[in-house]
Amino acid sequence: MSVPVSWYLALSAVLFAIGAAGALTRRNGISIFLSIELMLNAGNLALIAYARQWMQHTGQIVVFFVMAVAAAEAAIGLALFIAVYRQRRTIDVNRINLMRW
Amino acid sequence: METVIFLLFALLAVASSLVVVLHKNPVYSTMSLVVTLFSVAVLFVLLGAPFIGALQVLIYTGAILVLFLFVLMLLNITREESAVTAQKGQLAAAVLGALVFGGMLLLLVLEARRPLDPMTEELVSMKGLARSLFTEYLLPFEIVGLLLLVAVIGATVVARRPPQPGPTVSGLETPEEIEP
Amino acid sequence: MAPSLIATLINVAVMLGFVLTVVPVMVWVERRGSALIQDRPGPNRLGPLGLIQPLADALKFMFKEDVTPNAVDKPLYLLAPALAIMPAMLTISVIPFGPDLTINGRTYPLAITNAPAGVLLFLALASLGVYSLVLAGYASNNKFSLMGAIRASAQMISYELALTLAVLAVVIPVGSFNPADIVAYQRQHVWMFIPEILGFLVFLIASFAETNRLPFDLPEAESELVAGFHTEYSAMRFAAFFMGEYMSMTSLSALGVTLYFGGWSLPGVDLHGWIGAIVGLLVLVAKIAFCMAVFVWVRWSFPRFRYDQLMRLGWKVLLPIAIVNLILISALTLAGVL
Repeated sequence: MSVPVSWYLALSAVLFAIGAAGALTRRNGISIFLSIELMLNAGNLALIAYARQWMQHTGQIVVFFVMAVAAAEAAIGLALFIAVYRQRRTIDVNRINLMRW
Repeated sequence: METVIFLLFALLAVASSLVVVLHKNPVYSTMSLVVTLFSVAVLFVLLGAPFIGALQVLIYTGAILVLFLFVLMLLNITREESAVTAQKGQLAAAVLGALVFGGMLLLLVLEARRPLDPMTEELVSMKGLARSLFTEYLLPFEIVGLLLLVAVIGATVVARRPPQPGPTVSGLETPEEIEP
Repeated sequence: MAPSLIATLINVAVMLGFVLTVVPVMVWVERRGSALIQDRPGPNRLGPLGLIQPLADALKFMFKEDVTPNAVDKPLYLLAPALAIMPAMLTISVIPFGPDLTINGRTYPLAITNAPAGVLLFLALASLGVYSLVLAGYASNNKFSLMGAIRASAQMISYELALTLAVLAVVIPVGSFNPADIVAYQRQHVWMFIPEILGFLVFLIASFAETNRLPFDLPEAESELVAGFHTEYSAMRFAAFFMGEYMSMTSLSALGVTLYFGGWSLPGVDLHGWIGAIVGLLVLVAKIAFCMAVFVWVRWSFPRFRYDQLMRLGWKVLLPIAIVNLILISALTLAGVL
């Protein structure tokens, strides 16, 4: 019995929800970033599942682009964290709040 | 057989993603994310995208997460900082959210669509993917290349050490980082 | 059991047996080879020509006291040596060691996995090798180990890029990522290192950097960082890092041989059937042995690269050369020459 595509979508939803919960509740900037990567991967899984269902390459190609964009985002995000750490000596997002109300 | 592999790696992915989100030490979170991404790569292979699966391991676990670990070690961040404060009504909201989410998941799992077409060589092969990538999606491909170039330049500029001030300028202290 | 399962198990036994046997042989080759280059006798007490020396080393490692420092991060400290061996064993699974065998009408490929994305899978699994160094350095709770780990991670991901581009240039004329197809192409045409000499040079240099061998062994440099990332490891865990290094050298040599030197094939000789399989395996082993000898030779002939020189070489020299090689090979393939 082959696995129905909706199971993959359910898994993608679960991973996305876990990632979103992490991104919203963590204090450490890098941990938030890891949760965001988790969400991106959940999206990738859904895209590949749909590519399988409709037998098209489009889903796989979009995942390709998402991975490239995630890599670019990770590079710049981590560079920003390094720069912020130099100034504020912390990565705790509760303490990096100069621009908050 | 496919169901067994799917269930195994799906469970592994969910378990390790919970560790990612819940563990206090970011280094452990990163290693759990490695496990999660590896499981997701296996699921990609199950879904007829072996090249994307290999790329996932190569790019995500092989480079991006190493970069995460690198920055974690450079800045010596090993523990979560401030404590989590509970909000009023948080428990009720969480239970309600979980119920709604669980209901939707149940619908997804029980749904019976038309059976999947068998996997063709065209879907799995690199040639088909490359053909689409370089004909239909050429413009996004070029733009993503440009984006990566911008990211490289941007990251180099942002993470550059600021020029050291002379002894007469006050207020700037030398950062306590590890110089590789 | 299904015949394909039995075939896979036999393939696994052959390749793993080869990789595990390489380690004691390499211990002997390294010590006698370095002695030869440095004009000294080397181990010659145990057995003729010191051949029992690896056994003595193994016994020593097994019986040495296993010291675990107090303040280390226990789970990661214990995980790192295991992670050193794992990628090497995984990556050897895509290398073919002989022509397809046809038994009872079924064709069995002589590789553990005949994956269509074989070479890409190899690169992906090899990139997991960074984690053992990084985790060992981090978990040791020791500044020298941490520096070793940081340098190692930067070095390995920088040279991975050049390695991948060099490998990609081989894939383009062949048209397939499957190592079996690459070997078949080389049997029909010419061994790939002749048209792709630039790419081969890049691959060679990058493979030294990927396996942390001199001249790129700053992460574990003996005179620089105590012992780098494996300072706090003793006995069997240190042996695990040691083994992992030799095994990853073997698998990367196997890839290099498969991509550039025709893998298990001999030029002009048509190998098939059981004789072909055995001869193919021996030819592959001989070629890998030659590569390992080159590894030892280079290790004891060159001084170490400084960290900034290393990074400059990886990004400013090897990467442009790899890109030029890629463009050249693409042009030649389009022109129909390759």
